Amino acid sequence: MIAMDKSDISFFKDGLRLDGRRADQLRPIRIEVGVLARADGSCYIEMGGNKVIAAVYGPREVHPRHLQEVTRAIVRYRYNMASFSVEERKRPGPDRRSYELSKVSREALEPVIMTSYFPRSVIDVFVEVLQADAGTRTAGINAAAVALADAGIPMKSMISSCAAGKVADTIVLDPMKEEDNFGQADLPIAMTPGGDITLMQMDGGLSPDEFHQAVEMAMKGARDIYEMQRAALVEKYGKIEASTIEVNACE
Amino acid sequence: MNDVGLDRMDRKVVVPGDLLSEDAKRSGDGTYIKDKCVYSLLYGLANYRDKINVIPLAGKYIPAPGDNVIGTVKDITFSNWIVDINSPYDGLLHISEFPTRIDSEEMSKHLRIGSSIMTKVKDVDPTMKVELTLNDRKLGKIMTGQVIEISHTRVPRLIGKGGSMISMLKKEVNCNIFVGQNGRIWINGGAEDTDLALKTIHLIEKEAHTNGLTDRIVAFLKSEKGARS
Repeated sequence: MIAMDKSDISFFKDGLRLDGRRADQLRPIRIEVGVLARADGSCYIEMGGNKVIAAVYGPREVHPRHLQEVTRAIVRYRYNMASFSVEERKRPGPDRRSYELSKVSREALEPVIMTSYFPRSVIDVFVEVLQADAGTRTAGINAAAVALADAGIPMKSMISSCAAGKVADTIVLDPMKEEDNFGQADLPIAMTPGGDITLMQMDGGLSPDEFHQAVEMAMKGARDIYEMQRAALVEKYGKIEASTIEVNACE
Repeated sequence: MNDVGLDRMDRKVVVPGDLLSEDAKRSGDGTYIKDKCVYSLLYGLANYRDKINVIPLAGKYIPAPGDNVIGTVKDITFSNWIVDINSPYDGLLHISEFPTRIDSEEMSKHLRIGSSIMTKVKDVDPTMKVELTLNDRKLGKIMTGQVIEISHTRVPRLIGKGGSMISMLKKEVNCNIFVGQNGRIWINGGAEDTDLALKTIHLIEKEAHTNGLTDRIVAFLKSEKGARS
């Protein structure tokens, strides 16, 4: 990455961000439910430049067998970035970053999943990042939560995820790539609509006041995203009602 | 949370975590109670009766004692047939649950790997060990007819209230039908009758979540039969 002095770029122009957003504005979001015929549940999400697809399989038998738990289902979450998802080709396969994101994302979702209903089984969540533009973990969690609901898995609530950041000494919602790369802080969170936080990470530095402001902002963003997740699920039901369930795959 | 817009009569689409009622006593299937309020556990249709039940739109079949199911033998052990019942959990059919007394060595003579059986869940323990039985007159090996698969979430609709839909269907299409709770259905009858039964079941599956289904199915059967004669 090119070492850039902060003063080299201006993040704001006439009070608006590089992509024309206000500081507290989300990027445009599109959510589609049930895009994969083979998966038990699936979801495709676009959050700004991020394009992420999530697939849920299960509950199903655990392989390898030694991972199985007698009293509850285990949850496996695989976050993966396609080699073409970033500008410079990413070496395919798991790396330290994707292991970490898989772990924290799994832990963001696990508290709401009723794992005790399905002893000795596994719920597999696969998240594939097709195009990355900062904030792929939040997009992945949002897609995974919708896909879990679509798979008919019992959950105490949905999970919505959103990040806040700090650029040019201003707290901004949902940073895009430029702001993430050259900004001063990044704070992704995941939470239930009720406000219970299940994931919180931070890099960079924030003062206590800034931190509270950023958390508030990210929570507001997550609530807005929840409404969109919900609308997407309700809309899918409308589609089932209107016509038959289309299987877009060759048998 | 009232902005669903799709609610007709006493049903509406809910997602996990939706508040359904402030009366904890109304908690039914697919719901949970927190702070004396009832919330949805599932993405599906909430049915407001005495109790509020949420019917999922998808999901895997989880066996419960007393369920009739259709299974396929996938392995044979010393004293058990291991049966695939379209679920995350396999069914175990012990020799003693076979209607006649048979020897351990002769198990594969009666039910081979690949044999399909109409069976019943006898018991499910907390570790989800599923015990099956064949000790009932209507249960047994499938020799004729065909088995189709629908989503198990649609089965209650196919059976109808107190079996109204399925008994009507059996009478109208003149077929033997065995409905497994796991979404597998056995149909036995003449070629034309079976075709009509298949068509009707697919229609029920497609429109399972709509109101006044039985009346529409009766009308559908009437028109199909009219076209035939």
